[in-house]
Amino acid sequence: MTAQVITVTSGKGGVGKTTAVANLATALATDGRKVVCIDGDIGLRNLDVIMGLENRIVYDLVDVIEGRCKLKQAMIRDKHYPDMYLIPAAQTRDKNAVSPSDMIRICNDLRPDADFIIIDSPAGIERGFRNAIAAADRVLVVTNPEVSAVRDADRVVGILEAEEKGTPSLILNRLNAALVKNNDMLSADDVLDLLGIHLIGIVPEDESVIIGSNRGAPVVTDAKSRAGQAFRNIAKRIQGQDVPFLNLEPQNRLWGAIQKLTGRK
Amino acid sequence: MGFFTRKKSAESAKERLQLVLVHDRTDLTPGQLEALKDELLTAISRYIEIDPDSVQIGLERDGRTQRLVADIPLRGAARHRAG
Repeated sequence: MTAQVITVTSGKGGVGKTTAVANLATALATDGRKVVCIDGDIGLRNLDVIMGLENRIVYDLVDVIEGRCKLKQAMIRDKHYPDMYLIPAAQTRDKNAVSPSDMIRICNDLRPDADFIIIDSPAGIERGFRNAIAAADRVLVVTNPEVSAVRDADRVVGILEAEEKGTPSLILNRLNAALVKNNDMLSADDVLDLLGIHLIGIVPEDESVIIGSNRGAPVVTDAKSRAGQAFRNIAKRIQGQDVPFLNLEPQNRLWGAIQKLTGRK
Repeated sequence: MGFFTRKKSAESAKERLQLVLVHDRTDLTPGQLEALKDELLTAISRYIEIDPDSVQIGLERDGRTQRLVADIPLRGAARHRAG
């Protein structure tokens, strides 16, 4: 087994990176894959609460780097998926406690025993972001159909290309189909045309995402959630399966489903 | 703004982003682009007579690559065609 290292990043904060990491990891674990998540947001950790593991933290990423514990001791096993682990970020340190070579070393140590290592990048394009992409085999850029998020995503794509990390794949998060239909939101085609990168998934705006994070249970575990379905599809595509996109369905069915879901007519 | 005259906001978002991204990617401000155009035309004018009013120079996107596209009609050619 040699794990693929996938980094989830965005440039702008608050677009859904951590939600995407928790959901993709859970969906991959549901498919029987062994997954290790690493929270790369030193000082502002959140992946632990989104995954519902905040009460189990003993050691963190910086403890591993500074030799206070073994790598295995910092890996928190998930409550429901025995093959899913989280290495939490340190909360009382800053990004300078970690270097790109530390991340490469830790990922290399994890690779033989996992199928996927998913790194949650901090927002921005500075040290924490550089650390998060250092070991990546593949990068997923999360954005929202909104001017500031798309602009920041474009900056990140440019940096990834300049760093020879290859062209990342795009997760378009929080698409509101009713607004798109009314021409008051950038469509998936608009965003793809602007960014010029490959699409790996479109996640509709869905209130069940908030309900899931309130409970510390990622929305992929909710079989009825459209956003959950979108993340399950992305996880399949990561595993090399060809799954049709939600926006390729006949429009009425998509609008109908979204409108029903959001209670709008 | 009236309901019928209002431009849909997605269109504004796309148009604004197209411009912003070109300048972000090339690290060229609109002012610098204007200066580039002026210098280019000055240089070309030293060799050929051009029609400055019908010159079109701009940055265009093609996927993730940018190109500087210039359409510079020559004055001599226009006169020749007219005659």
